[in-house]
Amino acid sequence: MPQRLEATNDFVVKFANVNGSGSASANELFARCILRMGVPVASRNIFPSNIQGLPTWYEVRISGEGWLGRRGGVDLMVAMNPQTWDKDVASIEPGGYLLYDSTKPLPPSKFREDVNRIGVPLTEICNRTYKDPRQRQLFKNIIYIGALSALLDIDPAVVETLLGEQFKKRPELIAKNVQAFKLGFDHVREHLAGACKLKIARSDKVGNRIFIAGNDAAGLGAVYGGATVCAWYPITPSTSVAEAFTKHCQNLRVDPETGKNRFAIVQAEDEIAAIGMVIGAGWNGARAFTATSGPGISLMQEFFGLAYFAEIPAVIFDIQRGGPSTGMPTRTQQSDIFACAYASHGDTKHVLLFPKNPNESFSFAADAFDFAERLQTPVFVMMDLDIGMNDWLTEPLSWDDARAYDRGKIMTAEELEKGTVFGRYLDVDGDAIPFRTLPGTHPTKGSFFTRGTSRNRYAKYSEEGSDYVDNVQRLLRKLETAKTILPKPERRDAKEKTPYGVLYFGSTAPAMDEAMAKLEGDGIHLDVMRIRAFPFADEVAEFIHAHDSVFVVEQNRDAQMMKLLVNEGAFDPARFISLLHYDGTPITARFIQAAIAERINLNTHKEAAE
Amino acid sequence: MTYITKPKLRHKGLATNELGFTRRDYEGSISTLCAGCGHDSISSALIQACFELSIEPHRVAKLSGIGCSSKTPDYFLGNSHGFNSVHGRMPSVLTGANLANRDLIYLGVSGDGDSASIGLGQFAHCVRRGVNMVYICENNGVYGLTKGQFSATADKGSKSKAGGINTDSPIDLVSLALVLGASFVARSFSGDKKQLVPLLKAAIAHTGPAIIDVISPCVQFNNHPGSTKSYDFVRAHNEAVNRLDFMPAKAEITVDYEPGTVQAVTQHDGSVLQLAKLHQDYDLHDRAATIKYLHEREAAGEVVTGLLFLDAAAEDLHTHLNTAEAPLNRMGAKELCPGSAKLVELNATYR
Repeated sequence: MPQRLEATNDFVVKFANVNGSGSASANELFARCILRMGVPVASRNIFPSNIQGLPTWYEVRISGEGWLGRRGGVDLMVAMNPQTWDKDVASIEPGGYLLYDSTKPLPPSKFREDVNRIGVPLTEICNRTYKDPRQRQLFKNIIYIGALSALLDIDPAVVETLLGEQFKKRPELIAKNVQAFKLGFDHVREHLAGACKLKIARSDKVGNRIFIAGNDAAGLGAVYGGATVCAWYPITPSTSVAEAFTKHCQNLRVDPETGKNRFAIVQAEDEIAAIGMVIGAGWNGARAFTATSGPGISLMQEFFGLAYFAEIPAVIFDIQRGGPSTGMPTRTQQSDIFACAYASHGDTKHVLLFPKNPNESFSFAADAFDFAERLQTPVFVMMDLDIGMNDWLTEPLSWDDARAYDRGKIMTAEELEKGTVFGRYLDVDGDAIPFRTLPGTHPTKGSFFTRGTSRNRYAKYSEEGSDYVDNVQRLLRKLETAKTILPKPERRDAKEKTPYGVLYFGSTAPAMDEAMAKLEGDGIHLDVMRIRAFPFADEVAEFIHAHDSVFVVEQNRDAQMMKLLVNEGAFDPARFISLLHYDGTPITARFIQAAIAERINLNTHKEAAE
Repeated sequence: MTYITKPKLRHKGLATNELGFTRRDYEGSISTLCAGCGHDSISSALIQACFELSIEPHRVAKLSGIGCSSKTPDYFLGNSHGFNSVHGRMPSVLTGANLANRDLIYLGVSGDGDSASIGLGQFAHCVRRGVNMVYICENNGVYGLTKGQFSATADKGSKSKAGGINTDSPIDLVSLALVLGASFVARSFSGDKKQLVPLLKAAIAHTGPAIIDVISPCVQFNNHPGSTKSYDFVRAHNEAVNRLDFMPAKAEITVDYEPGTVQAVTQHDGSVLQLAKLHQDYDLHDRAATIKYLHEREAAGEVVTGLLFLDAAAEDLHTHLNTAEAPLNRMGAKELCPGSAKLVELNATYR
């Protein structure tokens, strides 16, 4: 009898399934059950670029302490995919559990001595109960949820409530699902009582938090932020941003009296057309956005440059994934930092925002439209697949009704009529942001011809070198203004004075929170700063200067953020230690904790030896 | 379009339109194109059409891609906003602009390189989407700004100025527009203002994508013997299928024609197009027959011009999208932001 892992509200369950078998909704039901019992969970889909047949996994981190990043390792594997069996079994922690379909006997070589087997004859139960092959497949998923619930002490009443909500519109399915659930639940109660020492106990640690994917939240943020034009081209993992915007607009933006839409959504012929439409709409005064991923960012490059030089507001959601086009579309990375920070040709530099979770995906989405119009430039919301496509437990979304949209500097017909001087590229306020006029403003005043460059401060054609330099210098100054309005970095100082700092950003946040707490518990102290925007606020440079060594944690191979820091801040690269995680899976707390501890211990030993 | 800087003072006797504007109010900057360029004639025709239609200049937005043709929006309608965008991408920028404000008139100006080569995809998709716009392709069969390379509309066998023979099949934007479902398709010649001005007026009044392919000879690089886009060649082979008179919505129709010789078509906005038939059998409402006719006549060496196809009852993209009547760019938080109470309700659905 192997040792048995014992834990309450602190373990990792992983489901190994076959794509297209209907497992996703059952697995999500499992995660929601635990949430309803007041226990925080973090769930992550690890799925293939495929509709049916390839392996897919769903990992549920259960953490009473509230850690929402990936921990690393698996305590209970629900192994439903023979293709990946060996790898799945190998990934279980010693003393962990293997829940499997025991209908057909498996040779002992398929198991591990140090892992506890929990066999449930799922196929046999299904075949006994259902005739229809599709039902057999779908209900098998619910049966294993029933088995898990009994093993982990999940309250069946919670499951029944959730099934009731899920099938509110098709009540005939409620009883059938409850029946399937009971089949699994009762089997375990009868035959496998006490087989598992991992338990869920009711708690109150979820509070009023919500369980939402970043793309859904970003789409809703665009609605709240006043976006009216969305042009997009389907690409994983960004598609659900446009789909969420569509869903929320249909719910929230249809004029109740006329039935007409206060939005326009176009599925473009490609990413180039999508960004072209966004820029056309932005030029004409509508708040417009596109959502894409790395390959789309590549295709949009020429237009990004035009928007930068012609000073046209645009919002781009980049849901990052592994490259290239035929790369890892369903795996997460933070590897478009260079491609976006300096997107296009010529001297360009762009505003980037780095939300850390769905809540910030919502608020940054709304803010991005204010920034884009205030600064008259493209703004990139740098998300990734992990935030975008996984449901995360996050603070409820909030909105201040007193908030007005910042439409930036737009000269009106009245001002033109009064004789206010209008120069499209004239810096009248010293913040390097000129006024613009919208087409259709005034019959004889304020019109201009939009070009990339080759014009003077009054938008008149000019190929004078001095006019060019004057203009691009102002564009640089405009980015200084940007620093003053973009989200500031968040700094948390260690309890003790330390020569070490850590910089991180985006979806690394939850794993970082946990790693820092664990390191502190081990007596390793670091000051922490989360970067939230580019161009970097001055506080980032201060933080770097204040530490001898600064870890930069990121999810790409080339240390793109670290190099961007070196490039922009003229820092000595030797100050930085890069911690890079880029296999396409979300970064884990264990990875960060181990990498930092190893590095600091190494330094400590070195110092001791010297 | 203007060749020389003119004094700002105006002659008192200068004719004004219904809005009190003179033709000068519709002019733009001084053209930087070559003297004799067909594109300047098209700019001039646009100025005349807008002046005669009494369009408020700021109610027009002019958008273009890259190339000689795409420079021209600077040379007409100086009181209108213009946007010289990206090579081959005018249709997408115009589509976005149109989505933002459905109240303006959108003139898309492009060339054969811009539309038939790099921008063929965007040309096709703005047509099939039904974007409400006038799409003018200033077609000279050659890349002017890069000095004389063949474009995709150059006819097979035509000769370049440097003596090369084009061996590729040409792309005919008119046939393509018909196949893609354009509701207004015309071809004209920059040297025939009498034909071009009424076509432009009818196109502006049309709801939906109005495609006008204008053969516009390049005096520098494609006006020599052996070119099928030269002034001499087009004059010699121009076969108009009809002659158009444009009657604005409120105009009283007074012209009388012999019965059977003139076809009157009313468009969405109430304007009437009176078409004197020059080819008796030609039916401009029959898409399939038009495609066949064009192929036959072009095989015979003719450059077929006139209003070639019209679906006066066409709908545009905004109709398909069910967009609000008020322009989206004028809506504020009141119309667009659902507010905090709604967000509280939404939060509850994510628990």
